[in-house]
Amino acid sequence: MPPLIIVGAGQAAAQLVASLAQDGYSGPVTLLGDEPHLPYQRPPLSKKYLAGELALDRLYVKPAAFYEKAGVDLRLGTRVERIDRPGKAVILADGTALPYSTLVLATGSRPRRLALPGSELDGVFYLRTVADVDAIRGRFADARSLVVVGGGYIGLELAAVATKHGLQVTVLEQVPRLMARGVGPVVSAFYESLHRSEGVRLVTGAKVLGFEGKDRVTAVVAEDGVHPADLAVVGVGALPNVELAAAAGLKVENGIVVDAECRTDDPAIYAIGDCTKQVHALTGQPLRLESVHNALEQGRVAAAAICGRPPPTLQVPWFWSDQYDVKLQMVGLSQGHDQAVVRGDPGSGRSFAVFYLREGQLIAVDAVNRAPEFMLSKQLIADRARPDPAKLADERVAVKDLRS
Amino acid sequence: MTKIVFEEPDGTERALDLTDGQSIMEGAVRNGVVGIDADCGGACSCATCMVYVAEDWRVRLPAKDSSETAMLEFCPHVQENSRLSCQITVKPELEGLRLKVPPSQQ
Repeated sequence: MPPLIIVGAGQAAAQLVASLAQDGYSGPVTLLGDEPHLPYQRPPLSKKYLAGELALDRLYVKPAAFYEKAGVDLRLGTRVERIDRPGKAVILADGTALPYSTLVLATGSRPRRLALPGSELDGVFYLRTVADVDAIRGRFADARSLVVVGGGYIGLELAAVATKHGLQVTVLEQVPRLMARGVGPVVSAFYESLHRSEGVRLVTGAKVLGFEGKDRVTAVVAEDGVHPADLAVVGVGALPNVELAAAAGLKVENGIVVDAECRTDDPAIYAIGDCTKQVHALTGQPLRLESVHNALEQGRVAAAAICGRPPPTLQVPWFWSDQYDVKLQMVGLSQGHDQAVVRGDPGSGRSFAVFYLREGQLIAVDAVNRAPEFMLSKQLIADRARPDPAKLADERVAVKDLRS
Repeated sequence: MTKIVFEEPDGTERALDLTDGQSIMEGAVRNGVVGIDADCGGACSCATCMVYVAEDWRVRLPAKDSSETAMLEFCPHVQENSRLSCQITVKPELEGLRLKVPPSQQ
């Protein structure tokens, strides 16, 4: 029997391999990745790895021996050119055809690139891979100023690390508030003052016009002025890598469309991780999630489906971001909330939580240095609990008494 | 290398030599200890690497810091002897440490 082929070697793929082994899958598995590395964790790239606190081998999800032991034919630095669905094979860049029995697309996402004057200059970076971060960190030593285009998680984590490193950092965010896609306005405002207090220059509502420099970038030009930059990093969102799927005629709508078992509209082809779009069990709405939790969960879900096992219990989506000494933990999906309840004072100190409710039901929480609230809310959201908003807002009520 | 003994959810006992200076979670994941999910990779953000510490070892481990204590408070299946294995660094003094993995991290 031809192998199960996984295209893409990120965290979803590594979890799939681990879950297949645990679920008793006995057929051959081939894992194809275009980067030269074993599957690695991306979240530390803009945090501890960038800060130089974590070596590359500690980013690996599993050591090389794990794949050997699992009998996985691991082919790194290998790009897939196209999928031959009638022939049930993937075609590599060198023309080799690899037949598959089952195909799993774990192609991930890539940074959205800017097409502005000067955006191809040396010194303008994106942050997605180990190679990206190695290049950025290589410039830290002789750079004094960094301009970050985009005030999302990655841009702000990078700003925090670079500031600690002694660089003068400017963040240019297009919309009026930070991390606007991920958190509510109260949390955005807190992070704005946090970064300002750490010395970051922050411009919201910024319109970036281009990059200046002869051989190398020297400044970022925005509507509000020219911002000197020995180094510029662009973090303005990600695009799903759907081209292989689309060219093969699979259903694609800003993500490879998959069912609850992560199967595409071709029963022999699954897709997992950042590249997928799936109707979410919590909201009933199609959603493309870019997160570790989603990558791992879809890896587990697809493995169970492939092995004919019952699906694992789904977790409420969760996310996190580390900036300075502040841990942001988010759980649930806040879209459609009609009430936001703040617990603690975002204006003083670095610890508070915002609870998002819809028709009285808790649907999401943003917790800033509030792990107990985050952990409890994971359970409350899964239970579709309806906690008393007055208690949520009242710090005299212990977290354990917030259940109803 | 320091020997740490894990009891997996099905009762299987595994004595593993783990690298000093890394976390117990990292060593467990490298060796494929069943039941230690470690979804966040050691950022103390998910509490899916929880373990139960053998009674005689509880007081011999370095104390929990505030973030570990906070994560554990509402961790599923938490007990008095629960720890997050990502927050404990492997070192020779831990030779023979015995840990039990909970039935589920959810």
